[in-house]
Amino acid sequence: MDQPIIQIKNLKKAFGTREVLKDINFDVHKGEVVTIIGSSGSGKSTLLRCINLLETPTGGSILYHGENIMTTGKVHQYCAKVGMVFQQFNLFNNLNVLENCVVGQMKVLKCERQEAEERAKKYLDHVGMLQYINARPRQLSGGQKQRVAIARALSMEPDVLLFDEPTSALDPEMVGEVLKVMKDLAASGLTMMVVTHEMGFARDISDRIVFMADGIILEDSTPEELFNNPKHERTRAFLNRAMEK
Amino acid sequence: MEFFHWVQVILDNYGILLLKGTGVTVLLALVGTGVGFVIGLLIGVYKTLPIRPEDPAVKRILYKIFNFLLSAYIEVFRSTPMMVQATVIFYGAAFLFSLRLDPVMAGMFIISINTGAYMAEIVRGGIISVDKGQFEATHSIGMTHFQSMLYVILPQAIRNILPATGNQFIINIKDSCVLSVISVTELFFQTKSAAGATFQTFPAYFIACVIYFVLCFSITQLLRYLEEKMDGSDTYTIYGTEPVINGADTLKRGDK
Ligand SMILES: Nc1ncnc2c1ncn2[C@@H]1O[C@H](COP(=O)(O)OP(=O)(O)OP(=O)(O)O)[C@@H](O)[C@H]1O
Ligand SMILES: [Mg+2]
Repeated sequence: MDQPIIQIKNLKKAFGTREVLKDINFDVHKGEVVTIIGSSGSGKSTLLRCINLLETPTGGSILYHGENIMTTGKVHQYCAKVGMVFQQFNLFNNLNVLENCVVGQMKVLKCERQEAEERAKKYLDHVGMLQYINARPRQLSGGQKQRVAIARALSMEPDVLLFDEPTSALDPEMVGEVLKVMKDLAASGLTMMVVTHEMGFARDISDRIVFMADGIILEDSTPEELFNNPKHERTRAFLNRAMEK
Repeated sequence: MEFFHWVQVILDNYGILLLKGTGVTVLLALVGTGVGFVIGLLIGVYKTLPIRPEDPAVKRILYKIFNFLLSAYIEVFRSTPMMVQATVIFYGAAFLFSLRLDPVMAGMFIISINTGAYMAEIVRGGIISVDKGQFEATHSIGMTHFQSMLYVILPQAIRNILPATGNQFIINIKDSCVLSVISVTELFFQTKSAAGATFQTFPAYFIACVIYFVLCFSITQLLRYLEEKMDGSDTYTIYGTEPVINGADTLKRGDK
């Protein structure tokens, strides 16, 4: 197999004395969709935040195309290529929809405005938000905001896109529109890591599902394997609880 | 009526002076608020720099030392009256360095650093009140701290502190009168001269009162207008002439 885009090796994260990630190891290959599931507090968000360097790991390493990002000193270039979609959208409130998708391209990737706008419009069209390029974030619904946030991340043409519970802050009737966009992205071959509580969705789109508990990865397998034949008792208990909902 | 008579007399003879005084007052307030805002912005940005435990020790120590000096500046100027600051600086310069400062220049300097001390805290508050998610989003697309400040955080922080800045401007219009203590020829100083020359204290100060009010009141209105302008329109134009039925909308319907 070719070199993974991202390799996580013995990753650790502690807040003070509290160890939230204990010893995380896994790879993400090009085009893979990896879903991370697990109960609340198991460290899913912390893991994504470490990969995006929103948190500084306290141990281990993260290799990006084989290079340790902690030591290469190319943090900003790396972040530009590893996008993140947040639970709370975090659209730039001072900018309209188009500028949200343009500012990073121009300031970080140093694109010309025209090129940046064209690309922004392309991705806004992908997520069905092209009509709203002049709107401000506060004028959009939650589902619309999240679709713009996805377009913003895509406009950077990332190698990997991380999603941290992208639908958890949405009203139920808006969940579908965002999941649909994500499904299309997964089908288009984008490399994705998704933290979600939507089990049906995880099962549909994932190439692999990672089950986390107490800061470690308990299982890392295909959706079929994990849902039909979980190896651990805790996985089984978690899935049962998740399915009841 | 005698009152109106004296108002007329004062306006006829001292109108130009009072007008000049008003000009100096507005100049002091403008310069004070403007420069003070810039000082506050610089300090506010400095104080919110992300210094982490894993940064080199030299950097952390230098940061702390400079931070301490800034805090000292802020506390000293916030804990003493501007009238006393003016006197100490103006006469101190003469006493210690034999410097004869131009009163208006000295006044602008004092009101600026005084305002800067207040604005520093206002700006810092404005920056830390911007949602942490905004910082995280800038980081996630690879922006540096500086870019993040420039394009996303400060525009929001400045919008949020606009009312407080306007308030500072109005305070400066009024409190610049204490600079008359070092003979700055602002409105209060000129009013005092007019009152002294005519022996008509009440009519003279009544005129000053009206001028101060008109200044402050119109500035308040102006700032309110500016705020609305900055918030942008409540509506937005739909892009594209034809109603676009695109990806997600059709899919949403087909989804379930
Ligand atoms: N900044 C922080 N300081 C201290 N503890 C933290 C911090 N961030 C997270 N934690 C702790 O780390 C643990 C894991 O948090 P994390 O947010 O990664 O969980 P999660 O799996 O994403 O949960 P959820 O499904 O509720 O989002 C929690 O116990 C949390 O209290
Ligand atoms: Mg979480």
